[in-house]
Amino acid sequence: MLQYSEKVLELFTNPKNVGTMDGDDPHVGTGVIGSPECGDVMQLQILVDDQGVIQDAKFKTFGCGSAIASSSLATEWLKGKTLDEAMAIQNVHLAEELELPPVKKHCSVLAEDAIKAAIEDFQKKLEGRTDKAELHSPRCCEKLNDCEGCGSHGE
Amino acid sequence: MKLPIYMDYNATTPVDPRVFEAMKPWFCEDFGNAASRSHVFGWKAETAVAESRETIANLLGASPQEIVFTSGATESDNLAIKGICEMYAPDGGHIITCMTEHKAVLDTCKYLETKGYEVTYLKPDTEGRVSAQQVADEIREDTVLVTLMLANNETGAVHPIAEIGKVVREYRARLHSHLFFHTDATQGISKIPFNVNEMAVDLLSFSSHKMYGPKGIGALYVRRRDPRVRLAIQTHGGGHERNMRSGTLNTPSIVGFAKACELAAAEMENNVAKLRHLRDHLEQGILQNVDYVKRNGHKTERLCNTANLSFGYIEGESLMLKLRDIAVSSGSACTSASLEPSFVLRAMDVPDILAHSSLRFSLGCYNDLAEIDYVVEKVATAVRELRELSPLYDMALRDNTTGDTDWAQAD
Repeated sequence: MLQYSEKVLELFTNPKNVGTMDGDDPHVGTGVIGSPECGDVMQLQILVDDQGVIQDAKFKTFGCGSAIASSSLATEWLKGKTLDEAMAIQNVHLAEELELPPVKKHCSVLAEDAIKAAIEDFQKKLEGRTDKAELHSPRCCEKLNDCEGCGSHGE
Repeated sequence: MKLPIYMDYNATTPVDPRVFEAMKPWFCEDFGNAASRSHVFGWKAETAVAESRETIANLLGASPQEIVFTSGATESDNLAIKGICEMYAPDGGHIITCMTEHKAVLDTCKYLETKGYEVTYLKPDTEGRVSAQQVADEIREDTVLVTLMLANNETGAVHPIAEIGKVVREYRARLHSHLFFHTDATQGISKIPFNVNEMAVDLLSFSSHKMYGPKGIGALYVRRRDPRVRLAIQTHGGGHERNMRSGTLNTPSIVGFAKACELAAAEMENNVAKLRHLRDHLEQGILQNVDYVKRNGHKTERLCNTANLSFGYIEGESLMLKLRDIAVSSGSACTSASLEPSFVLRAMDVPDILAHSSLRFSLGCYNDLAEIDYVVEKVATAVRELRELSPLYDMALRDNTTGDTDWAQAD
């Protein structure tokens, strides 16, 4: 097990904004990213008001300590942001804030993807489309291989 | 109770203070080289090594001349496997092993594949065991070595070594071939009474630091008769250890190793009973307090000290992080640099998601019931907290899929 930063440990021990919102609510956008087989699944939800500002954010995450910390931090950052501001959040910002080691960068990638998926889901609802958020299993594994510091280590 | 609690004895054990005491004189006072024949310093060391060799041989029902000292089980495995193959099948032959062996065996076999040898990797059943029949089905005229571990380090699953030994012996007689049986018994020695003749093994690897002895010392048992086993030299030099492993003998460690073997022989019965009681208490305690738990490894045919459990809908590394004051290990990808879940659990067809959430508790003789109770409570709390965070748990409850897995039940 890796030595985590204090920030990861704090958010892991006392995660913020754990929970679920009604996915059928037209003001709620839901993003579910990752796959159980890869060891990470993030569910991130946003509640968006009529001005396009994120009023609330909730998450549930199956994954390691840094995956949980990344999603918790993402929900904190999302609150009060407009959708455009939220779209600008990048994995490197999360990784820097949490001082994630290279092998854990993919956790912040997942969090960024979950933010974007939640926003997309909300926007689809706005546009009257009804297709639901789904698990993106292949995407997770591709991400793992692409991501810096991952997939290239032997035992 | 002292924190952190160590429950990772399959990784390594502390040195028993009695072992440490026995080793002490052999560093600064009696430091001689056991190969020095011309003076008392050497004689003294030689005598200590000879006595140690006898103690170690006794634990296995072997004779002292059949014990070759090495740096540990990894070296013993390398010496046994390469030594046999190069001696009896220098132009390539067939090896039978199992997908769940230790890397010291698997990677040695992979290396030999690049040198023209063929390797059959037996697939264990879902409880982690291979059968003697599986071995019999794969033996060919050019099979030179069957190498199967006594007990698995991750799951504790114990192979039917005596039955497999019998099969190998029968085929050797029938085929009149050079066919040998090697077992890596590192995890089993000191927990399972073992006699090399009753088990019909020709070579056996084991290590001191898994049985309260020092690290960096181990042995390879090499049978001397029925049949006499010869090995191609892997470490060239002064011809120590009947030319099977050159290098000045590590007298203090050998003395410590022997003391550990002596204590293991004297205390095995009590230790096994104690460990089994503690392990069952731990496992039952967890099963009574946590639902959706899967046991990995055979329920009865497994090491008395090992419990490998997968916790549904949560991830192993986050579980370990919750259990920071308990030293255990996990089959989770996130705990290894490779990001691959345990190949042992995979070979047993444990789904990746459950391999990710597995914890191995391996107990030792310094654990006690108070620690077990503490761990049970900690695990139950951690699992509950992580399931509150887990979208998979929500989904399984919502979609009513919790019945899809064969979860373990408390007795």
